[in-house]
Amino acid sequence: MKKVNINRRKFVKGLSAASGYAIAAPYVKTSHSAGKLLLGIWSHWIPGADDNLRNILEQWGEKNGVEVKVDFITSIGNKLLLTAQAESRAQTGHDIFSLPTWYSTMFKHRLDPIDDVVEDIINKHGPLLDSARFYAHLDGHWRGSPAPTGSFFDSFVSRYDLFKEHAGIDLKEIFPAHNNRSEELINNWTYDTFLTAAEKLYNAGKPFGATIGATPDSRWLSALFTAYGAELVNKDGEISVDSDEVREVLEYLKRLTQFMPKSVYAWDDSSNNRWIISGEGSVISNPASAWAVAKRDNPEVSKKLWHHDAPRGPKGRFRPDNSQFWGIWSFAQNKSAAKDLLRYVAEKTVVDSCVEASKGYDIPLIVSHFKNNKTWVEASPPDGVLYNYPMRGDEVPVAPGYPAPPEIASQITTQYIIANLVARITAKDQSIKKGIRWAENELEGIMRG
Amino acid sequence: MKINSLFVWLKQKPRIAFFMCLPLILMVACLIIYPFFYAIFLAMLNKAETKFVGLANFLFLFKRETFWLVVQQSIFFALVAVFFKALIGFIAAHSINELPSKGQRKWRGMLLIPWVIPPALSTLGWWWLFEPTYSALNWVLEKLSIDAIPWLSETFWARFSIILVNIWVGAPFFLIMYLAALKSIPEDLYEAASIDGANYWQKLFFITLPMMKNIISITILFSIIVTFANFDIVRVLTRGGPIDTTHLFATYAFRVGIESGDIPLGAAVSLFMFPVLAVLSFIILRNVRKRTNEV
Repeated sequence: MKKVNINRRKFVKGLSAASGYAIAAPYVKTSHSAGKLLLGIWSHWIPGADDNLRNILEQWGEKNGVEVKVDFITSIGNKLLLTAQAESRAQTGHDIFSLPTWYSTMFKHRLDPIDDVVEDIINKHGPLLDSARFYAHLDGHWRGSPAPTGSFFDSFVSRYDLFKEHAGIDLKEIFPAHNNRSEELINNWTYDTFLTAAEKLYNAGKPFGATIGATPDSRWLSALFTAYGAELVNKDGEISVDSDEVREVLEYLKRLTQFMPKSVYAWDDSSNNRWIISGEGSVISNPASAWAVAKRDNPEVSKKLWHHDAPRGPKGRFRPDNSQFWGIWSFAQNKSAAKDLLRYVAEKTVVDSCVEASKGYDIPLIVSHFKNNKTWVEASPPDGVLYNYPMRGDEVPVAPGYPAPPEIASQITTQYIIANLVARITAKDQSIKKGIRWAENELEGIMRG
Repeated sequence: MKINSLFVWLKQKPRIAFFMCLPLILMVACLIIYPFFYAIFLAMLNKAETKFVGLANFLFLFKRETFWLVVQQSIFFALVAVFFKALIGFIAAHSINELPSKGQRKWRGMLLIPWVIPPALSTLGWWWLFEPTYSALNWVLEKLSIDAIPWLSETFWARFSIILVNIWVGAPFFLIMYLAALKSIPEDLYEAASIDGANYWQKLFFITLPMMKNIISITILFSIIVTFANFDIVRVLTRGGPIDTTHLFATYAFRVGIESGDIPLGAAVSLFMFPVLAVLSFIILRNVRKRTNEV
């Protein structure tokens, strides 16, 4: 074989020729032109919701020359949290990651501030829910942007037939499927009224059921605490559990738990769903998923369900909020494309599509989006079942642990201090004084630097 | 010439042994030694992992009521579960050993099933039996007109349930180890004892148990370590509840470290029993070595 000698002159000549061809060749835009974007997204409970979101994201990618790859990660068995912990620690992984509730706080040191993105969204679509700001606006910066899926409220989900028959309360009249509510009826829907109803329903063999265990669904207790003005830690970060308000709400819960099944101390997040779907229970605190599953598994029960507001306490009416955000890791490889995508998924068309695909389960964090959506208006049976699933009245969404600063509130929630405090007093017959002392000790612990 | 001398060097027995063990040594180094030292390092950082705090996390745990509850529960859980696993394993091994050898294999296979099923899966089966509202066991009890038992929602029964499942999963390990030990006891010892007029209990206490001492010690040590570190049974059945009364070190470390994001404190919780177990291992293994040397 003939040996080819390449000297310096030949090499420079060849290189300049190759460069000339490269410059002269026509530029062809491919789907990879703006790079690759990896998303680690919470996998939805509702069948079909993930496929809808994947289509939306991939279509955006095709239009913008970005190769979008979406991994849907279940939160069952804490897989989403474990993945987030692993990526945060290894500083490698996805570009955009789902941030349910407290993830923004837990991982804030690994999340890029995205003030420009969220300010653009607010300027274009209007304000976010106050609770969203509480979760994701940390130390003066936004660490999460509204996610198009996964946010929800825990409304009361009641059997209106049982309430009418056994407690003499017409929930459809108090919370009709239109905006003309009677102020008098609404004002009478208080926790005292609810206690009386709970007793009657218990005596009828159809009790109220909600978990008092170490599981996220115990956030109904946080809303109840807030309704009584009972704070574990105040907004300045001082322990304030030893108060008359806390004692009052614990006294109330001592009475209420008498009319609940004893198994609630071991319930997990799906127990209350099974409770209402089976027809054994009369009321739970849950998003729209219980109704959606009942519609499939026990249609007779689903026809008698009604979503509505929580009762009012001495300090107001509060609904547990479970906001979800998307954030950009500080080690993300394609931050500019990630920011564009966050802006895009806040568009009303995207949000409406996701709400519809989730059968009304998802609640947008942008107020203007959830006030103008037909999905909740048209859901049936019964007609109007989801009308009051997004908040229509004087309810205020509240994050568990509020008003403690987010870093502390997140610990109160994830260590289930409220549920454990309530269980100590109502199941273990511990005195309120002793329970409060235990809570103080735990709170001192979670506030360490 | 050089290649030949390399072969000669490599062919020496200790070197071959070392190279054959090397993959395992590397695996142990990467998956056990490195994470262990990394956990010690993490346990000595502050919550934000920005400052070295020495033993402050451990001292902090001493002041926590819930942590001491976890210590008590872990000790109670490990001791009770290991005792019953050893007892049931011993009785089962003895019973199988007494069977004619033809039928032994069938029983050995069946009794090993709980041990070979992945515990997370088998525990899920138990969870269906214990389910707080729709327990299959309670359904049977109700059919027999017996009151339902709050398997997972009351402290006593929740502790009973997790210990029961742990025994169910772990007893076959004792069974197989004890059976192997029983098989290795020379038959002539029993024959000689029979000629001397020894009864069943005398044979058990003066031949069987002394001959099995080493295997009993090692099995109990191994089981104590594994039982202290148990995670899946509690995680699936009770998640530490009700009111934190079934938490073990591993589940509490997961709650504090992963779920609440306080990795240094979680690492401190998980390392807490290490010195105790290390001393226990040292004592037991030293006794085993002594006995082996005496033999």
